[in-house]
Amino acid sequence: MTIKPAARRMATALGIVAALAGSVAPAWAFCGFYVAQADARLFNRASKVVLAWDDGRATVTMASDYEGDPKEFALVVPVPTVVAEDDIRVVENNLIGKLDAYTAPRLTEYFDRDPCAPVYQRMSRAGGAPMAMPAPTMAPMAKDGLGVTIEARYQVGVYDILILSAQVSDGLVTWLGRNQYRIPAGAERVLGSYIGQGMHFFVAKVNLGRQEQAGEKFLRPLQVSYQTKKFMLPIRLGTVNADGPQDMIMFMLTRHGRVETTNYQTVKMASGLDVPLFAKDEFGKVYKAVFDRSVADDGMTRIYEEYAWDMHGYMPCDPCSAPVPDASDLFTLGARWHYPQFEHAGIDKLKSIRFPQQQADAYVTRLHVRYDAAHFPEDLAFTETADRSPFQVVYHLQHPWIGEASCAAAKDYLRTLPARFEREAGNLATLTGWDIGDVRTRMQANGQPFDIKVPG
Amino acid sequence: MRSDATVSISEFLLDEIEDARFWQIAALASLLCWNIAMLSLGASLLPSLVAVSAALATQIAASRIARRPVDLRSPLITGLSLALLIRGDALWVPALAAALGIGAKFIFRVQGKHLWNPAALGIVPLLQTGHAWVSPGQWGTSATIAAAILFAGILVLSRAARLDTALAFLGTHLALLLARAFWLGDPLAIPLHQLRNGALLLFACFMITDPRTTPDAGPARLLHAAAVAGLAHWLVFFEQMRPGLYVALVGLAPLVPLLDWIFPAHGFAWRPGRRPAPQPAQLSDLVHAR
Repeated sequence: MTIKPAARRMATALGIVAALAGSVAPAWAFCGFYVAQADARLFNRASKVVLAWDDGRATVTMASDYEGDPKEFALVVPVPTVVAEDDIRVVENNLIGKLDAYTAPRLTEYFDRDPCAPVYQRMSRAGGAPMAMPAPTMAPMAKDGLGVTIEARYQVGVYDILILSAQVSDGLVTWLGRNQYRIPAGAERVLGSYIGQGMHFFVAKVNLGRQEQAGEKFLRPLQVSYQTKKFMLPIRLGTVNADGPQDMIMFMLTRHGRVETTNYQTVKMASGLDVPLFAKDEFGKVYKAVFDRSVADDGMTRIYEEYAWDMHGYMPCDPCSAPVPDASDLFTLGARWHYPQFEHAGIDKLKSIRFPQQQADAYVTRLHVRYDAAHFPEDLAFTETADRSPFQVVYHLQHPWIGEASCAAAKDYLRTLPARFEREAGNLATLTGWDIGDVRTRMQANGQPFDIKVPG
Repeated sequence: MRSDATVSISEFLLDEIEDARFWQIAALASLLCWNIAMLSLGASLLPSLVAVSAALATQIAASRIARRPVDLRSPLITGLSLALLIRGDALWVPALAAALGIGAKFIFRVQGKHLWNPAALGIVPLLQTGHAWVSPGQWGTSATIAAAILFAGILVLSRAARLDTALAFLGTHLALLLARAFWLGDPLAIPLHQLRNGALLLFACFMITDPRTTPDAGPARLLHAAAVAGLAHWLVFFEQMRPGLYVALVGLAPLVPLLDWIFPAHGFAWRPGRRPAPQPAQLSDLVHAR
C-alpha cells in the first residue's frame, strides 16, 4: 500500500497525511488550460487551500482533487484547537476553482492601429453555492492506553471526522495505524512537534454508505473554522517522505489587506512585461516556465505573490480573467466578518441569506509556494498588513500593425518594430529561461518578423 | 561592576574611533539602499524619506524647545531604522512614528537618559492603528544578508562597546530556540532557519544595543538583553505576536533605570572625551552611609 500521488497532493495542502491508498497508477491528469490564463491546474503537483482570517477567526478550505477510490481516502490535519461540529462544512467543488480562475496570472492583448490613421484603442482579453451537511452525532471522550483522546466525532457530508488529541507521537501513530490510517515513515517526529505545540488533529475518512446514498462521485472540499492566535498553515507533514518538491497555492481572504509570510520572504512575481504573440497559444506553458525559473533563481526559498486585490473596491479586477466570486461565494469560503450572526449557520439558513453586496468586502492575496523539507523546514506563518494596493501577474501582447507603408508615419512605425520584437524576445527569454534564439525563431514564424523591409 | 579588563577594552575601543554613530548611519543607509533597490515588498523611497525627514525635523524642533544643542546623528539613525522596519498604508505612518519616537526621547527621561529606544517606540504604538505593520520575513533567510548585517553590526558595536549586549541577546535567543526545538523534537534546521532572519539580526545589532537606552553596567546590559530575548520569545511563540521583538524592548524599558540603580556605572557618551560624571548611585550610597 502506498500513497497515491493524488492523495498526497490533497494531503500536502495542510501538511496532511493521507493514507489507505491502493495502486500507484500516475493519477496526474495534466489538464488543459485556458488560452490566456494560468490557473492552478497547470501545476500538476499543486494543492489549493483557502484561508480566511479575521483577527483570530480562521476558516480553512482544502481543495479536494482526490481521484482515487473513496474508500482509500483519508486525511490528517493538525488544527490549533478542538473544532466544533458547526464549524466543519463541506463546500461545493467549484468554489475554489472560481477563486483560482479569478486570481490566476493572465495575458492582455493590445492592437496597434494603422499608423496612417492613428487611433489607439486598447482591447483586453478576458480570460457555487454553499452546501454543508452537518450530521450531528455523539461526541464522546474516549481514551485508550496510547494517550490518544477522541475529543469529538462528527459526520459531515460523506465524511466521518474525528478530532484527536494526543500526548505522545508514537501513541498517535500506533492509534492511527490500528484505525487503518497509514502514516508515512518519519511522520512521527513531526506529529510529536505538533503535539508539543498543543495542536489537535482533524482526521477524516469517507463513509462509503453515505457516499452511495448521496450519489456523490467526487469528494467535495472540507472546511474547518476555529478561533486561534496562530495565523499559519502547517506544511511539515506533507513534506515527510515526499518524492520531490510540491506546489501549494494559497488564497488568503482577509478584511484589512495583503497577507505575507513572516518566517519566509514573500515577493511579487515578475509582472507587467510585453511578451511575444506566440505566448497566447501556450500561456500555461509560459507561466509554468516563469514560475520554474523564479524558483530556480531564488534557490526555492521564497513565496510568490501572484495576486492581491481589494474585491470590494471600485474595480474588482482589471482586466478580469474570470467572474469575480460573489458575496455568497466569499461568505462560504470564510469571509464572514460582516455576518457574525450567520457564523454557525447551517445549510438551510445559508440558502435563505440574501447578501446585499455584489462583491463581498474581502481582500484576496494569492500566494504560490514550491517547497520541500530542506528549503521550508518550518510551517508557514503569516501576517495581515494594511496594504490594499492592487497587484496581479499580467503579461501583455502587443499585436503589430503590418501593412503597406502608405505614409511617412507608417514607415517610421515599421522601423521601430524589430527593436520592439527584440525586447519582447528578451523579456520572454529572461522570464522563462528559454533560449532566445528559439524564441526569435518562433516569433518569426508567428507574425513577428525581425527582417521587416521598409521602402525608401 | 564591570571587570577591569572589560573597562580597559571598551575604553580602548572607544578611544579608537570618535563616534560609532557614523558607522551605524553608514551601515543602515547601505542596508536601506539595498532594501529599496532589491526587495519587491521591502522599503520604498518616499516613506523612507518621510521617516528620515520627520525624525530630523522633530529633533530640531524639540532641541529648540528644550534649549539643547541640535545633534542630527541620533535622529538620522532613528529615521533610517524606521525606514527599514515600519510599513504603512499612508505617509503619515512613518512621519508619526518618527515624531513619536524622537518626541518621547525628550519627554520621558530618567536620570539624564531617555527611557525608550526611539525607533522601537515609533513602531509599537503605530501597530495599534491598523495602518502600520512590520515585515519580519522581508529579508529572507539568505546567508549573505545575514552575514552583511552581522558584519556591519560588529563594526558598529565594537566601536560603541555594545557587542556584549548583542551577543547576550542572540545567545539567549538561540538558547531558547534550541530548547524549544529540543522540547518539540524538531530538527536543527528549524532553529537555524529562525535565527537567520534579517529583521532579528537588525534588531540585535542596531536596536537593543542602543547605548542610550540600555543599562550602563556590563552585567546589567546582559540581564536586560536576556530579559528582552525571553519576553520576545514568549510573545512570538506563545502569543503569536509577530512584532514581539519591538514590543518586548518597549515593554521592558522601565527595567533600564532599575538596573542602572542596582548596577551603578559610568553613563555612556558617544564621544569618549565627553564622558559625563558617574551617575549618582543611590542604593550603594545608602548602604555605605549606614
